[in-house]
Amino acid sequence: MSELLEIKDLHVHFPVKKGLFQRPKQHVKALNGVDLTVREGETLGIVGESGCGKSTLARSIIGLQEPTSGEILFNGKDYTKADAKETREMRRDVQMIFQDPYTSLNPRMKIGDSIAAPLKAYNKTDGLESRVKELLELVGLDPDTHYHKLPHEFSGGQRQRIGIARALALEPKLIICDEPVSALDVSVQAQVINLLQDLQKKLGLTYVFIAHDLSVINHMADRVAVMYLGKVMEKSGAGSFQTKAQHPYSRALLSAVPVPDPVEERSRERIVLSSELPSPANPPSGCVFHTRCPLATDRCKTEVPILEEKNESGQEVACFYPIEEPASAGYAAR
Amino acid sequence: MMFQKKTNVLALTMLVIIVLATITAQWWLPVSPSEIDPEQRLSAPSVDHWFGTDDFGRDVFARTVVAAQVSLAVGVLVAVFATLIGTVLGLVSGYFRKVDFVLMRIIDGFLAFPALLLALALVAALGGSLVNIIIALTLAFFPVMARVVRSAVLQVKNESYVEAARTTGAGHGVVIGRYVLPNVLSPIIVQTTFIFAKAILAEAALSFLGVGVDPSTPTWGSMLQEAQIYLTLAPWYSIFPGLAIVITVLALNLLGDGLRDAFDPHNIKRKRKVKTKAA
Repeated sequence: MSELLEIKDLHVHFPVKKGLFQRPKQHVKALNGVDLTVREGETLGIVGESGCGKSTLARSIIGLQEPTSGEILFNGKDYTKADAKETREMRRDVQMIFQDPYTSLNPRMKIGDSIAAPLKAYNKTDGLESRVKELLELVGLDPDTHYHKLPHEFSGGQRQRIGIARALALEPKLIICDEPVSALDVSVQAQVINLLQDLQKKLGLTYVFIAHDLSVINHMADRVAVMYLGKVMEKSGAGSFQTKAQHPYSRALLSAVPVPDPVEERSRERIVLSSELPSPANPPSGCVFHTRCPLATDRCKTEVPILEEKNESGQEVACFYPIEEPASAGYAAR
Repeated sequence: MMFQKKTNVLALTMLVIIVLATITAQWWLPVSPSEIDPEQRLSAPSVDHWFGTDDFGRDVFARTVVAAQVSLAVGVLVAVFATLIGTVLGLVSGYFRKVDFVLMRIIDGFLAFPALLLALALVAALGGSLVNIIIALTLAFFPVMARVVRSAVLQVKNESYVEAARTTGAGHGVVIGRYVLPNVLSPIIVQTTFIFAKAILAEAALSFLGVGVDPSTPTWGSMLQEAQIYLTLAPWYSIFPGLAIVITVLALNLLGDGLRDAFDPHNIKRKRKVKTKAA
């Protein structure tokens, strides 16, 4: 499999304006040196708690957010310095599914027109209506009754299907899913996830799948990247991640997932992180996780661990003290 | 939808009656608005003169009806021009942050003057004619519209459907026209009817202050001005043109609210549901 998307040392810093003359004094480091690769046809899951830079990453890939530095290579071409025309070309192949299905559709536009909008923007107007109906059918909506309805006449799950149809309209190669199911009911979540998987098989899509729900990631992803304070903490295959995650932060995330067996739930060991997430405007020195890490030593406060493969495990981890014994109970049991 | 609410129907009916009455006035009015009858000066309302007569013995009813021509013309044209200018400036200003700062400082400059005072100064400088009054009032009212539209645009711009439109390849023009504008229509409609009403009042005020249109053309404002010295002697002379202003402005405000509700997509749904039930 070839590499479709490559992100190299990506930084996105937002100036914090303070004082009378609005001089930027501080920078919120939303992304602070992110390296990722996405291979064609796979799903890369990105997890992390709120404020770790997941959405900023998504917005940077699709060109809604200009990076401070670094490279985003799509099909081998860097788009970080692209002009409007080049960005337009790139967006033909990269599309996005948004988090909130209630605000991602124009409330005054018929959904048929919403789905047709990307086709019109790229002058693919031949057989427009039949193409839109085909897309509606593809995402499991009745093309004839729904074409002329407005977004508020649909449920959250249906709207997300419309959002997916819109993202598929241009037959993109890569779709960025920015927490596509976190705003939906659990029962509807499963439907939408299954739809995304079916579409991937049918159309050979590549996903960057952002979520904070590990069970969703487990179901969807081929590989997982864990983010914390604008940095990637661990990269691993989805299967080995569940049992053999090496970073203490990954372990803490895994142990936070409840187990549906009450006996096991009571007996298992949970890692509860102390204190709050530090401000990304003023990240800790050394390893950014050291303030909350149960294994942190003095070395972690001064030295920055590099994301690298340890112990020939095929997993990359940014930690001086990776945990090697497999997770005993808990998430692994599922 | 709109016509299910009685106040909307009432407001629209009132406006239609006023417009039709004043446009066709010359064909049906029994007395000419400029016919002088010295023997009937300041006589009370009667069968011959429904609203009484003024200090020259002219029929107040005929004059009130004809005066609506100027008032409505000023109202409609000022509302249209101020809305067009204000909406374009507001959209540009709210959408492009770099233009925003410059445009808004200019608008602030306009807003620093009270609208009526600005119009008064402009009419005094340009001379009192219908065209000049419309220009002056448009300049007085467009900044408010620009501000209202801008703030609505700033809100809509951050909705993710605008970002979604950008990611699906829409240019700025398409985003503004198809995504932003339709979603800021409600405040624009309300503000337009508001400007319509305010322009009628402002024209009346300008005429009242004596800088309005040519004195031989009756307007509601100039009638009030002429009538004020006879307020205790002949109250009908001021009451009827005053009432005409009140009714017109009230009808416009009600209509504005009705239009805003009618354009709300959530109410369009309600209409459809009612239809299916009936079927």
